[in-house]
Amino acid sequence: MTKLDLDPQVVRKARRLAERAAAPIIEMARTHTTVSVERAQLRLGGLSGADSDGLPWVNHLVDAVRDQVGLEHGVALPVWDALRNEPYDDLAGLARAAALGAVTFRIPKGSDADAAAELARRSAREGIGRVDRRRAERDTMLREVGDPAQPWIYLIVATGDIYEDIPQAQAAAREGADVVAVIRSTGQSLLDFVPEGATREGYAGTYATQENFRLMRSALDDVSKELGRYVRLTNYASGLCMPEIATLAGLERLDMMLNDCMYGIIFRDINPRRTFIDQRFSRQIHARAGIVINTGEDNYLTTADAVDAAHTVVVSQLLNERFGKEAGLTDRQLGLGHAFEINPAIPDSFRLELAHAQLVRELFPDAPLKYMPPTKHMTGNVFAGYLLDAFFNLAGIMTGQSIILIGMMTEGIHTPWLSDRDLALENVRYVREACGALAEDFVPRPDGFVVQRARQVLSESVDLMERICDDTLLTAIADGTFGVTRRPADGGKGLDGVIERADAYLNPVIDILDSEDPHAAAGGVPTPAGSARE
Amino acid sequence: MKQRQAATDVPEAQDIPSIIRPYGDTTGDAMVQMSFTLPVPAGRRAEIAALRLAGQMGLDPASVVHSKPMGPNFTFFIVYGKVNHLIDYAGIEVPAGREYPLLAAKEVDLAIRTVLNRRLVVVGACIGTDAHTVGIDAILNVKGFAGEKGLEYHREIQVINMGAQVTVAELVERAKAENADAVLVSQVVTQKNAHIHNTKQMAAAFHDAYPTAVGPGMGRPLLIAGGPRFDTVTEEELGVDRIFGKGTTPGEVAAYLVHALLPNWIPSEPS
Repeated sequence: MTKLDLDPQVVRKARRLAERAAAPIIEMARTHTTVSVERAQLRLGGLSGADSDGLPWVNHLVDAVRDQVGLEHGVALPVWDALRNEPYDDLAGLARAAALGAVTFRIPKGSDADAAAELARRSAREGIGRVDRRRAERDTMLREVGDPAQPWIYLIVATGDIYEDIPQAQAAAREGADVVAVIRSTGQSLLDFVPEGATREGYAGTYATQENFRLMRSALDDVSKELGRYVRLTNYASGLCMPEIATLAGLERLDMMLNDCMYGIIFRDINPRRTFIDQRFSRQIHARAGIVINTGEDNYLTTADAVDAAHTVVVSQLLNERFGKEAGLTDRQLGLGHAFEINPAIPDSFRLELAHAQLVRELFPDAPLKYMPPTKHMTGNVFAGYLLDAFFNLAGIMTGQSIILIGMMTEGIHTPWLSDRDLALENVRYVREACGALAEDFVPRPDGFVVQRARQVLSESVDLMERICDDTLLTAIADGTFGVTRRPADGGKGLDGVIERADAYLNPVIDILDSEDPHAAAGGVPTPAGSARE
Repeated sequence: MKQRQAATDVPEAQDIPSIIRPYGDTTGDAMVQMSFTLPVPAGRRAEIAALRLAGQMGLDPASVVHSKPMGPNFTFFIVYGKVNHLIDYAGIEVPAGREYPLLAAKEVDLAIRTVLNRRLVVVGACIGTDAHTVGIDAILNVKGFAGEKGLEYHREIQVINMGAQVTVAELVERAKAENADAVLVSQVVTQKNAHIHNTKQMAAAFHDAYPTAVGPGMGRPLLIAGGPRFDTVTEEELGVDRIFGKGTTPGEVAAYLVHALLPNWIPSEPS
């Protein structure tokens, strides 16, 4: 598929540069940990629940270890050493006692360290085994229930109440949604803990909690069986608890997770180092869990101009690809994002959109690209908005996009009404049926407008990537290269949760994720020894 | 000035009827269209319900031109009808236009330099749980909006953009620390009226923090709220000096800052 006749040397160069730009960041992620990475390990070990104020036990336990012996060795050694020596049956008992200040932690040495490490490894193996079994469960359902053809139709629910979300999600699935995303409460990304239990109050979205994940996945399993196609569930592995939410997604069989390499930095002012370290762990978990990640390049175009900043989207996609692959994600797990956000008032805006969309399609031929509808130029004129959404759907079909988020004509006025969603689905259904395999016939004229524009964006991307390599990525982010927002490496929220690993750092979950092929277990999942306790 | 504006903005009186009705394709036909959903299964009974609603809204005659089931329990309608209302257009006073003139960027800088003799300090943030920085960024970031550069672009304006999910306490503290001349807050999320609640809370905190203030620029910063859904409230209700709505450009805000904080500045006549 080379409709644009892109120069393969230029494409290779872009990827080589992305690898170079990402290298120091990956090195940093491999030599640091964060409070949330450590908490994720405990969650995989089966620790859940919270105190009466809602502060999770994983936070209590990690905080207690940090206060007493620091986190540079990781929580594994001090926690499982304490479990050996103290009279607590499990992590939950230990965490409760630690919250009361009743546990003394230490960094064990010699044979004590070996014994603690062995227990921690067994716990990590069990936790990863649970994630593997969820992935196998999905594979079975996809075989037995059926996997819908692409492009997948992606719809959002966002009521704030999980028990309202469930019937809305089921209704959306019946109306044609292949993917349902439950938008998170806007406050959640800056919470340094994951709320517990089923929640009924949120701002412009519903909290991501393990129980909410479980309830929604179970409801979608029911409707999948009813419809004869597997309906995917999406949530957000982002914010200060990215590693934990990724882990909960793996444990509850979520199917896609928003997980951008720079989104939290730029749009939520989360510290860049914290984000990159958390992100590597999250992506390793996603790789293992067979989860497709969605990246957030569409967001850049809501602050920057969609024509001027087109190349920053491509640069970010290349970086997301590099970080993703290094963490073990396959091409088919890279739902790279982009958007239809060019000002419709400028001449040839649709041709420019086609050029950008086709460029991304050809740069990442095997990735399930996620294409986002117009938001910035939705004016409140719902009739014009409906037309613009139809053109967006058309561009998506013509350029073979994989996941199409459904645009609402009332975007920017209110959260979607039932009728907005229904009309939006009618719009995309019409375009999809009317166009059929139009992508086959869409072959831009050689050296024509579309081809030239795509080449120009690619060449600007390479130029920018070269500058990033020279200045380092952290400097580029600090200078406002992405989304026109400046984020210095030592600014933002969550830096105090970043810890450099000591030589004797132990995290058996990371050991497994670093050393094993994340996809080897898929298909024939071995039942790990001692898993009866699940 | 205002007279001249009125003279140019309002066409000759005889061109406009004093009593008006909606216009479909004939004067006085009073036709409107509307769409809505009823929480009942589609069918004849649902259509009658839709027509009753139209009737109670003053549409007579009304016709359902489209009805469509949305799942088993909901029906979507498009209804046309003739309204029986008359609007006394002549009785509507011409609303006041913008009470201050727009200024070129250079003019804004000149005003600040001349009157203030230092940089004008603006602190901006999205407060509460709102994480949508689109609005505040459009006004503050160099990038700007609608072809106009943001306030950061002005040599004489010092911009501190605190970003998203800033608490009111953090905002007040920063405004005091920076000796802010103006504070801009942006609110996009409207669920459960969060934007109104957050803004009121912000305004109250500033009034508490500057108890001896006489007014904006006189003992306390100028308080500005921006967002797409503030059209149901007034400045007085929120406790702020000014509300800016959807589509506001950085230039309008910059000109307002000059108008409100440097009232003695007289713009030079355009040459």
